[in-house]
Amino acid sequence: MVNEVKEYVDFLLNKNLRADGRKFDEYRKPIKIEYGISSKSAEGSARVIIGETEVVAGVKLAVDTPYPDTPDEGTIMVNVELLPLSNPDFELGPPPIDAIELSRVVDRGIRESKSIDFKKLCIKKGEKSWIVFIDIYPINDAGNLFDAANLAALAALKDTKYPKYEDGKVIYERTNKPLELENLPIACTLFKIGDKLLIDTTKEEESAADARLTVVTLEDGSIPAMQKGGEEPITPEEILKMIDISIDKGKELRKYFK
Amino acid sequence: MGLLINDKEVVVPGEILATGMDYLPAYGTFREQDKIIAHYLGLVSITGRLIRLVPLRGRFIAKPGDVVIGRIANITMSNWFVDIGTPYEASLSMKDATSDFVERGSDLSQYFNIGELIITEITNVIKNKIIDLTMKGPGLRKLKGGRIIEVIPSKVPRIIGKQGSMISLVKDATNCRITVGQNGRIWISSEDPEKELVAIKAIQMIESEAHLEGLTDRIKEFLSGEVKHQE
Amino acid sequence: MVYSQRADGRKFDELRPIEAKVGVIKRADGSAMFKIGKTIALAAVYGPRALHPTFLRNPETGILRCNYNMLAFSGSGERVRPGPSRRSKELGLVIEKALSPVLDLRAFPDSVVDVYIELIQTDSGTRCAGITAAAMALADAGLPMRDLVAAVSVGLVGDKVVVDLNKEEEDYEEGATDVPIAMTSVDNKITLLQLDGNATKEQMKELLEYAKKACSKIHEIQKKALKDRFIVRR
Repeated sequence: MVNEVKEYVDFLLNKNLRADGRKFDEYRKPIKIEYGISSKSAEGSARVIIGETEVVAGVKLAVDTPYPDTPDEGTIMVNVELLPLSNPDFELGPPPIDAIELSRVVDRGIRESKSIDFKKLCIKKGEKSWIVFIDIYPINDAGNLFDAANLAALAALKDTKYPKYEDGKVIYERTNKPLELENLPIACTLFKIGDKLLIDTTKEEESAADARLTVVTLEDGSIPAMQKGGEEPITPEEILKMIDISIDKGKELRKYFK
Repeated sequence: MGLLINDKEVVVPGEILATGMDYLPAYGTFREQDKIIAHYLGLVSITGRLIRLVPLRGRFIAKPGDVVIGRIANITMSNWFVDIGTPYEASLSMKDATSDFVERGSDLSQYFNIGELIITEITNVIKNKIIDLTMKGPGLRKLKGGRIIEVIPSKVPRIIGKQGSMISLVKDATNCRITVGQNGRIWISSEDPEKELVAIKAIQMIESEAHLEGLTDRIKEFLSGEVKHQE
Repeated sequence: MVYSQRADGRKFDELRPIEAKVGVIKRADGSAMFKIGKTIALAAVYGPRALHPTFLRNPETGILRCNYNMLAFSGSGERVRPGPSRRSKELGLVIEKALSPVLDLRAFPDSVVDVYIELIQTDSGTRCAGITAAAMALADAGLPMRDLVAAVSVGLVGDKVVVDLNKEEEDYEEGATDVPIAMTSVDNKITLLQLDGNATKEQMKELLEYAKKACSKIHEIQKKALKDRFIVRR
C-alpha cells in the first residue's frame, strides 16, 4: 500500500518543513475566541477558531441530588459530539470512541485541575447541587480538535452565569452571578511523526502520524491531565520534550483569554 | 420581455434570466413557459441568443475524454478500482492498464498499488455511475511524489487558461511541475516546498477569482511579488 | 382577548431581524447559516456521494437525506438531551419533503446528498430556518435545482394573523396557531405546510397571502447571501 499523503508529509518533515509553511511549534492563524454565541439559550457559550478548525461549546446548568459519596459537591458532565456537519467522515449515530476520548480528556483537565470548585456548586448538602453540562461540537474539522475543543469548553465556562434558583426550582433567567473559574487548564496536543514533534496539526498531518500526546497545563506549569494516543510508542525523552512545548504553548494560548 | 441579467453575472437557482422567446436556454438553464431560468448557482454567459451558465460550485461529473487524477482504491483479480472524486469508483481493467501480457492470477499490485496516484483518461461513462478508465495514451502515467490539492472542477479551465497560458505562468514563476486533472485534482511537485506554497496560493487565487476581470494581471503581479520576496 | 400589539413591537407582517451567510463550513460541499430573531440554523451539504446501505439506492436518481438536530445548549430552558427524538425525526422528514421537489438529482443515480441541519439557538421557527439555510447550502453545493425554497412560520395569535411567530407568541395564553410554510420563488408553490392549532379556511387564505410576501422577502435575502459569496474583498 502506498500512502502519498504520508510520503509527502515525511518528505517535508525531513527538510524541517510543513505543508502550509508553518514551524513545528506554530499555531495556525487566526486564533479567535468569541463569547456568547448562544447567549439567549445557553448559560454560557463560545466559539473557538484555530485556522480553519471551528468548534462551539455551550454550558447548561441543572440542579440534582449530589453523589452519595460527595454530598457537598456538584459536578461537571462533558460531552463531545462529532457532528457529521463538520467532517465528511463523521456519521450519525451513538458517539464513536473518538468522541468519548475527547469528552473524557477535556473533563479530566477541568476536573483534576479543580478549575471549578465543586464545593461552590453545592446548594444544600446531601440534597441539591448544580451540575454543569458542557457540550462541545466541531463545526468545521480541519485538525487539532483536542486543543480547540478544550479551549471552547473553557471559553464557554468563562462566559457562564448562573440561572435563577427559587423555591427548589431552576428558572432559566440569567443572573449576574458568574460561574467562577479558579484556573484555566489549557490543552496542547503534539503529534509525533518519525522523530518530529508537531503542534496544531492538520488532518493530513494527523493521518501521517505515529502517535500523539495531549498535555494539559496550568499557569504554574503543573500538569493536571495527559493522554497518549496513536499506534506507536513514545520515548521518555520525547515525552519530556512534549511537556516542555506544551507548557510553553499553554502560556501562549492562555493570552487569548485576557 | 428580454434579458433580465447581464453577461458574467452570478445567478442563483430559480433566478429568471430572460422572458419572451428572443433568447434560447443552453447548458445550465431551462425554459418554463416564457421564462428562461437558472438551473444552478453559476455565472451567466451570453453568446448571441444563447444563454449558458458556467457552474461556480459543485463536484466532478465524469465525461468521456476527461483526463483526471485518480487514486487506486482497490484491486481485484482483473481490475483496479480508482477514486476519481465521483460518488462511485471508476474501473481500470487489465487490458486498458498495460500492453504487457498479464498472466491470470498474477499480482496486479505490481502494476498499480493501492494508494498510488495516476493520471488517467475516462473512456466511457454509462448512466453516470459506471466509469471506465485507460492508462494507454499520451501523458497517462503514475505520479510519484508531490502533493495533491483540490479545486472546484468547474474552475479547471480558468486555472489552465487559453492553451495552458495561465498554468504556465504559475509553473514558470515557481519552477514546479504541475498537472491539472479535469476532476479538480492538481498535482504539484518541486524541490522547493516554499515555491510550491506560492504555486498553491496562486492556484487558489485563480479558483476564487475565476469569474472576475483582470485576473491574469493580478496573478502576474502576485507571482512576481512572491518570487522577489523569496530572493 | 384581542392581540392588538406584538410583544416585541413588530408589525403583524414584519419578520424578525435576519442574517444569512453562505460558505460557512469549508469542509462541506455547500453550507449556510440563517439567523432569524434568536433562532440560528446551520446547514451543511455533503454530496452527491456513495450511498450505503445498498438497498436505499435508486438507479434512476440520487436521493436527498436530511437530518435535523438541536445542540444541547440551544434551548432556553433545560438542556436538550443529545440524540434523535421523534420530533427531530419528523422534522428531518418534512424538511426533506420541502426541499426535494426543487432538487434535480437525475445526474447522480445511486448516490445520496446529505443535508445536516444544526440549531445553535432556538426561539421558534426552527424548521423554517433550517429549510431556508439548507436551500442555500444545496445551491452552494452547486446542485441542479429548479428553484430555491424559502420558509417561514405564519399563524394566528389570539385572532390576529401574524408573520414569524416568536416563542412568546407560540405560547400565547389565549391560544396561538402555528403554520410553517415553505414556498418556491418562481411560482410560489408550497413544499411544506403544517398547522398546529385552529384556523378557518378564510384565515388560511389570509395566511397564505402573508406567507407569500414573507417568503419573497426571505428569498431576496437568500439570493443576496449566495451572490455575496463570490465578492472578493482585498
